[in-house]
Amino acid sequence: MSDPARRLPTRASMSSGSDRAFQYLILALASVIVLVFVVSLYLLGKDSWPALQRFGVEFFTQRTWNPVNGTFGAAAMITGTLVTSFAALIISVPLAIASALFVAEYAPKWLANPVGYLIELLAAIPSVVYGLWALFVIAPVLARWQITFFSPEYPERLALYTKCAGIWANDQTTLQCFFVPSSGAGRGLALAIIILTVMILPYTASVARDVIRLVPADQREAMYALGATKWEVISRAILPYARAGIMGGVILALGRALGETLAVAMVIGDSQDILKSLWGNASTMASVIANQFGDAQELLHRSSVVTLGFILFFVSVAVNLLARVLIGRLTPKGVK
Amino acid sequence: MMSTATSARPPLKPGLSTARKAQNMVMGGLILLATLLVVAPLILIFVYLIREGIGAINLDFFTKVPAPEGETGGGLLNAITGSLIMLAMASVFGVLIGLAGGIFLAEYPRHPLMPSIRLVSDVLAGIPAIVMGLVAYGLIVLTFGFSGFAGALALGFLMIPIVVRTTEEVLKLVPQTVREAGLSLGLPQWLVTLKIVLPAAAGGIITGIMLALARVAGEAAPLIFTAFGNPNVNFDPSKPMSALPLEIYRGATSAYDENQRMAKAGALLLIVLIFVTSLLARRFSRKV
Repeated sequence: MSDPARRLPTRASMSSGSDRAFQYLILALASVIVLVFVVSLYLLGKDSWPALQRFGVEFFTQRTWNPVNGTFGAAAMITGTLVTSFAALIISVPLAIASALFVAEYAPKWLANPVGYLIELLAAIPSVVYGLWALFVIAPVLARWQITFFSPEYPERLALYTKCAGIWANDQTTLQCFFVPSSGAGRGLALAIIILTVMILPYTASVARDVIRLVPADQREAMYALGATKWEVISRAILPYARAGIMGGVILALGRALGETLAVAMVIGDSQDILKSLWGNASTMASVIANQFGDAQELLHRSSVVTLGFILFFVSVAVNLLARVLIGRLTPKGVK
Repeated sequence: MMSTATSARPPLKPGLSTARKAQNMVMGGLILLATLLVVAPLILIFVYLIREGIGAINLDFFTKVPAPEGETGGGLLNAITGSLIMLAMASVFGVLIGLAGGIFLAEYPRHPLMPSIRLVSDVLAGIPAIVMGLVAYGLIVLTFGFSGFAGALALGFLMIPIVVRTTEEVLKLVPQTVREAGLSLGLPQWLVTLKIVLPAAAGGIITGIMLALARVAGEAAPLIFTAFGNPNVNFDPSKPMSALPLEIYRGATSAYDENQRMAKAGALLLIVLIFVTSLLARRFSRKV
């Protein structure tokens, strides 16, 4: 009589082969993610090599972008990307945090859920639709303002414009001239900032709402017990506690703003001149890719446009890593 | 004793000081105002598109291709079919890889490659869509020309990190005891994953896929120089293909009123589809 236990297949003998095969299959498929990253890096690097080799560091510091004589420097677009993104961030962050506070702290439940959902829907609207709306609705409003700015009742404004136009003609600007409308088209840097502000709002807002909801009730109650008003509870107990998470949301929004393409490309006016006025035409790295890659026939032009994509690639990776470090650093001890 | 101690300080008044009360009110008001400002664009966009776009949505809109420039009439059938075909192809690729990635991250947490795959997936999520369009251009368009495949590949790239993240999250919500119950019955681990863990998380995974679809359905940037656009209905993915966001982009930047009208109607259709999809996804995840 043989030992029955011996004839029973062990779990290891029954499944180790198929388990290993499955694990390899899953690993192989999951590795495609890394492959996509590596291939992107390689392709972008390869295609931007001609421009980088030709212009070197000057590509980043030179501000002439001239497809006709083949000189390419991206300083104007890099500036455009940074100015639009940070301006949008500065305007949108307080609004986003306020709306998160409203949803998490002020609104009754029947109102909080729909409002929270509406804010999330804002993130679902495609970039082209924002661009379309900005072009057809906001641009005319701005254009009307720009035209009335120079109405005959204010001759001094016209004098100011004449003065600034002279300064702009020399590729220069002053702080005062920066805010003088340089066109009556509505489009330009200011419109790009406005639409970008609206577009990145929901990213900060929904992250901030989630982290504010995670602030323990004890934290609030302790502050109320000291006799604090609602605003004092928010400003001294809730926001400090949630700052790491909110910062994560802000960085996420920054990443979105830096790479935002079509809405900006549709409204910014695609000019590679140096920024002279808040109301003038400008461009960002992403908007130049969208507007010029299709028409870029010469190798150097095409390669320069791809280099902009390569820069965006690195910037977005860096922003993502920065967000991780920041969230780790800013999280108060004992909070996870 | 008591009286001398209190008389040294200013007398305490009951209740809050007016300054603190006022500050509290003002900040509350500002927060309400800011929230209204945040929500306003959504409502304004929706109302604008309904007012301007609904007139162009009729039978022709769904059954005809765009009229030649400068003429009136026509529809967006080319864009609707193109979007559907490319989204279907993108899902095959994006969902397969994304699902595998999510399973790997959630079910093999001790694998030495786990942290690097998670990191790369997170980083991919932040790369601008237009850059992934450049990559698809280099991969396919340079050799095979503009095609629906190239557009679908770019959209698939964008779907992967979204599906990975949601799949990982919902798989981790499946209790460990469920896996152990399966293993204790003698099932090999891969069957536990496929037959027990995945079905348990199916609702959440489907939600993730729908959200990923809703997200990439509106992307035009990566399609401009991959799918390129096509004025005719095209079912052959090796040829250039149109898509709703592409037509909206072309129409909105066109000088012709009729193209602009089509763009507004297309935008209305697109955001209604996206809203409905994300609404359904939410419902789905709540029920499961």
